[in-house]
Amino acid sequence: MHRTGTAGKLFDAFNFAILALLAVITLYPFWDTLIVSVIPLDEYLGASIHLFPKSLTFGAYRYLFSMKELWTSYGVTIFVTVAGTALSMLLTVMAAYALSQRQLKGGRVIMFLLVFTMMFSGGIIPTYLVVKNLGLMNTVWALIIPSAVNTYNLIVMRNFFFTLPEGLIDAARIDGCHDWGVLFKIVVPLSMPAISTITLFYAVSRWNEFFNAIFFISDKNLWPLQLFLRSMLFENESSYSGGGDSLFLLGPSIKMATVMAATIPVMLVYPFFQKYFASGVMIGGVKE
Amino acid sequence: MSTAESEIRAQAAKPVPRQSSGKQSAFWRYLWFHRHLYLMLAPALLFYLVFHYIPMYGAVVAFKDFSITKGILGSDWAGLKHFNYLFSQDKFWEVIGNTVVISLYRLVFGFPTPLVVALLLNEVRVKLFKRTVQTVIYLPHFISWVILGGLLINLLSTDNGVINNMIKSFGGAPVGFMSDEAYFRGTLVVSMIWKEFGWNTIIYMAALAGINPQLYEAAVIDGAGRWQRLLHVTLPLIRSTVVLLLILRLGGIMEAGFEQIFVLYHPGVYSVADIIDTYVYRIGLTEGRFSMAAAVGLFKSLINFALLVLANRLARMMGEKGVY
Repeated sequence: MHRTGTAGKLFDAFNFAILALLAVITLYPFWDTLIVSVIPLDEYLGASIHLFPKSLTFGAYRYLFSMKELWTSYGVTIFVTVAGTALSMLLTVMAAYALSQRQLKGGRVIMFLLVFTMMFSGGIIPTYLVVKNLGLMNTVWALIIPSAVNTYNLIVMRNFFFTLPEGLIDAARIDGCHDWGVLFKIVVPLSMPAISTITLFYAVSRWNEFFNAIFFISDKNLWPLQLFLRSMLFENESSYSGGGDSLFLLGPSIKMATVMAATIPVMLVYPFFQKYFASGVMIGGVKE
Repeated sequence: MSTAESEIRAQAAKPVPRQSSGKQSAFWRYLWFHRHLYLMLAPALLFYLVFHYIPMYGAVVAFKDFSITKGILGSDWAGLKHFNYLFSQDKFWEVIGNTVVISLYRLVFGFPTPLVVALLLNEVRVKLFKRTVQTVIYLPHFISWVILGGLLINLLSTDNGVINNMIKSFGGAPVGFMSDEAYFRGTLVVSMIWKEFGWNTIIYMAALAGINPQLYEAAVIDGAGRWQRLLHVTLPLIRSTVVLLLILRLGGIMEAGFEQIFVLYHPGVYSVADIIDTYVYRIGLTEGRFSMAAAVGLFKSLINFALLVLANRLARMMGEKGVY
């Protein structure tokens, strides 16, 4: 381990370079997009590769923030993220805790039924019909309820609960705590790493909500951010009217500004959670 | 099998003391005693029933002539009509072919990448550098395909994208990565790997962290170099993790990534990029042929299920545990 000859040093240098390159390749597309969103059109057209902006303009952002549609879709997405994540966490934590209790009869059968849904599904069309029959079409709930519980997250959560010392829960029971007390006063506070991680997973997938919206939402007033972004990126004939600069003059920068508006919130939240990923929370998902 | 599970087995194996007051009332007493646990479970169970098990039943519309007015129950049976029609369509086989080809590309090029990166990361002894690289390469996993579609447009555009600008400066002709049938699949696969390779290292990193350091020390004393330690300690010990992930991937061979393709594709590249899921979306929701779309979806689910069972069998034959 500690004897590194010339070959070892060479390998280390090479390894360092490769990994650094991977990190750069990962970040560069974001950087380039950010640059394009803040440089004037002539600079964009003039340079072939823009590593740093020569001059800054926030015209694209001004135009974007003047669009009513942006704020509507932000509103939908923020609601779906907050309400959806809260609902998902509540259902997931309660079910995972109940299923982690060894004395629960029928627990194994129920677990099998849940895991089976990962292997086999009826397909999207029958799900679509269920959502339709429940009268959820074109409601914000269609973005929340159909993906309320993610089986993988539930399994990770349950496996984490298994690692908690059993004696603790038994002691609490003897002290007269009932199941709700045990769960919310003892188990949840002890499981913060797992809960943070799973919360992030749910929140990000809500923020990125696209699949359900494509299937269940046709009303533009209920478009989440991702659908608004898609229309900005891929619809040539934009029916939007903002204030100030014309769309044509803004060119690609308006598109990239919209991309940034959807990306930056994720980037801001991500560092606070990522320290938990390595803490062994993930291992739970592999077992079973 | 986790220790938890073996404990459950041990619990289950214990003889249950016979209740003198009859099974029935003992059962209700048990239920009443644990009512709170079952209450906690109830909402999630309701969700699984409504959004997983009812749709499994609803898949029978594939064998019916579904009409919105009559509903699933009231619609007339059609037997295998839709399946026979589908199997006679060239378009259907094209879509299946696209799905499998794109999936296999992703498997062949995408599966080894995170493993190699994890092994490289594992050799880094500078903690801060290692953590920084990990943090960076996990990021794209959390970014949606719509956003990444935007990044790809920006990077790959034929007008003024960075990649094509480089190609032009070397005297090449600009390449239509997003518009040309010949390049579209490559763009899909490369961007998919770019998005997920970092995140997929996590499981390997967890497995590598679980290796007992004494094994390496013993190997060093026996005179093993870096390469030999990799071959004789590391790889054998993470073999089961690799096999497990491979099984799961094989079970998802009919999933070629709906969201990514849905965002990026357009009629110009349907012939190479139209996959089962996008096809189901178009015939089901834009043309309203629900039964036909359900038939395609069910076909896909069955193939997936069969592949998973098959892969699991193979893994067990190789002496690994398998998924279930």
